[in-house]
Amino acid sequence: MEAAARTPQPQSALDELGLPREIVLEPPKGWLSLRLRELWAYRELLYFLAWRDIKVRYKQTVLGAAWAIIGPFLTMVLFSVIFGKFARMPSDGIPYPIFSYSALLPWQLFSKAMVEASSSMITHQNMITKIYFPRLFLPASTILSGLVDFGISFVVLIGMMFFYDIQLTWRVVLVPVFLFLAIVTALSVGMWLSALNVRYRDFRYVTPFLVQFWLYATPIAYSASLIPDQWQFVYNLNPMTGVVNGFRWALVGQTMQLDPIFLVSLAMVAVLFLGGLIYFQRMEQTFADLV
Amino acid sequence: MTGGSFAVQAENLGKRYRIVRGKRRVMLRQALSDAVTSGLDSIRLSLDPDAGKEKKSTRRTFWALHDVSFRIRSGESVGIIGPNGAGKSTLLKILARVTAPTVGKARLRGRVGSLLEVGTGFHSELTGRENIYLNGAILGMRRREIECKFDEIVDFSGVEEFLETPVKFFSSGMRMRLAFSVAAHLEPEILLVDEVLAVGDAAFQQKCLSKMGDVVGHGRTVLFVSHNMAAVRALCQSAMFIDRGGIVYSGDVNGAIQQYLSQDTRDQSQPLEFERSPSRRVQILSVSLEDESGAVSTSLPHDRPFSARIKFAVRDPVYRGHLEFNILDDDLNAVATVRDVTENSESLISRSAGTHTYRLRFPTPSLIPGRYRLRVRALTRHKSYTHLLDEVNAVWPFEIYDSGSLLSRMNIPWSGKVILPVEWDTVEHEEVGSP
Repeated sequence: MEAAARTPQPQSALDELGLPREIVLEPPKGWLSLRLRELWAYRELLYFLAWRDIKVRYKQTVLGAAWAIIGPFLTMVLFSVIFGKFARMPSDGIPYPIFSYSALLPWQLFSKAMVEASSSMITHQNMITKIYFPRLFLPASTILSGLVDFGISFVVLIGMMFFYDIQLTWRVVLVPVFLFLAIVTALSVGMWLSALNVRYRDFRYVTPFLVQFWLYATPIAYSASLIPDQWQFVYNLNPMTGVVNGFRWALVGQTMQLDPIFLVSLAMVAVLFLGGLIYFQRMEQTFADLV
Repeated sequence: MTGGSFAVQAENLGKRYRIVRGKRRVMLRQALSDAVTSGLDSIRLSLDPDAGKEKKSTRRTFWALHDVSFRIRSGESVGIIGPNGAGKSTLLKILARVTAPTVGKARLRGRVGSLLEVGTGFHSELTGRENIYLNGAILGMRRREIECKFDEIVDFSGVEEFLETPVKFFSSGMRMRLAFSVAAHLEPEILLVDEVLAVGDAAFQQKCLSKMGDVVGHGRTVLFVSHNMAAVRALCQSAMFIDRGGIVYSGDVNGAIQQYLSQDTRDQSQPLEFERSPSRRVQILSVSLEDESGAVSTSLPHDRPFSARIKFAVRDPVYRGHLEFNILDDDLNAVATVRDVTENSESLISRSAGTHTYRLRFPTPSLIPGRYRLRVRALTRHKSYTHLLDEVNAVWPFEIYDSGSLLSRMNIPWSGKVILPVEWDTVEHEEVGSP
């Protein structure tokens, strides 16, 4: 009785998922149904999607994990030579290579997530038109997989800190907080861009420009202290300003002050995140028709 | 099951699509310039009330599904049949939550599993094992569930030895088998299945059908969209015939099939044209059959030449694309298949954008007398995986009649479906009684 052995127990699996037993399908309406419970129920899929991204990336490239190091490391070397050595940019008393590299880490996480998340709906259009799952996981998984790169680059940073003999302070406990902020910022921008990309097909031409523009608007190659006081408020409207500054300050910035104006950046992260979540979830139901 | 317990209930479901003629996608640059011009227009409109009229006509909507209501008892398996573009797939997509209805409401009671395609989310760089986990998760299985059923899935697929091989090295058949095996072990209370058996070899289709039979036998609710009438007959207790976005018939399977097949046997004097959907890269525009003299016809003598005419638009040439033309029998099984690719010539689909018309000339005689239909598909093969670009299925019902053949005069019944142009050569002959 092979067939009998396969008798399912769908009820138990369903109850475990915590989803309501009856699903009602209706035309989309209302602003604030974020369906957070459903995201939780599907969490394993998020894990599988991120796991897939990581596996595929390291399988396809010969250099594999080395790419995660090479990218930011070479950028750091270039910045150090041009801005640190030739242009003699002030770096808040931190050795310039450490100064730029510590900022490139959260930046790399952010920019990569931005590029990949923005195209994630188009890349997965086959899935979107064929099966239901929370679409939010597509941009979210690209960020999770970026964390692996971040981890690898972080090990290099630790090595560099030994080399330059930089002492850690109590502030290091705040590093995870700023990392979390970087993730939230990346996710916020990812939600906006991926939804806009579905809506407007030429939006992908905007993304590379946006990445480049954003890089210069963020204190990576230069110090935020260069910005005149009267412009600090506007400058901190860029959420990445707060994230990068905070990350640098918590990890290597013994000689650096964290201006309380960075709270403006934090507020921007919150605005961007909530706005992105609402916009994305509202657009979600139309993705299959538009993509 | 009490009479009141339903698994799926739809009330006045409708889905409207917007067709934007002329441009394929909404562009940001377009939206921005529209915003500017509409600002100007509103000024112009206030001065001249006729100015906005021609602008409106470029935007058209159509109802892919309209005012559809039904109830399905739990444990019932229902076939959904109907011609192309009737709204079957739209209905399934709404129930599967892929797309939201424009109006109406549907309720589903129980865990829903949908199988609108086999192998959704398969990644060619990952191994068979990895893809089982990934695909399972995408279909809504939990990791523990996949682990439990892993051996069973592998067993069913029969690709055990290749479990650690990247799927890109799999043949399309192996890939299908693996993908279906994962899907077959999804155990929802309500299963939505769309024409997933359309690709794949006959033996494997048979295996899938018997697995589907298992599913039905286990008291689960199944909605099954298919063009394969034999499969619908075998698997479903009742059926709905959907045409032009509405339910035409709902009831027993044979009734629905009869309705469907008798729907369009009227004489066709014009090539059959299909709804233009400008978002498709390749689209079949019209199909017709012509007799010897070139007149459009649905009734052809078995011993005279005839030809088929297919008009199609290529908006964006597709790498490794091709057209497939099938002649279907009464049960909508393909009895003959031809494709427009050969060893040394590429299909027009991958060569040039534009509107093309093919004429297919058939040898004489080619089909035995009987009733047939046509199917045309535009396909592309991508990494050993066949992807459907467009399809018109079970169209142009026609009859091949016996125009006084030797067989009929001798009262010998025809058998088989296709007549092969075989030459009977006598290579040895011995006279009786010769030395």
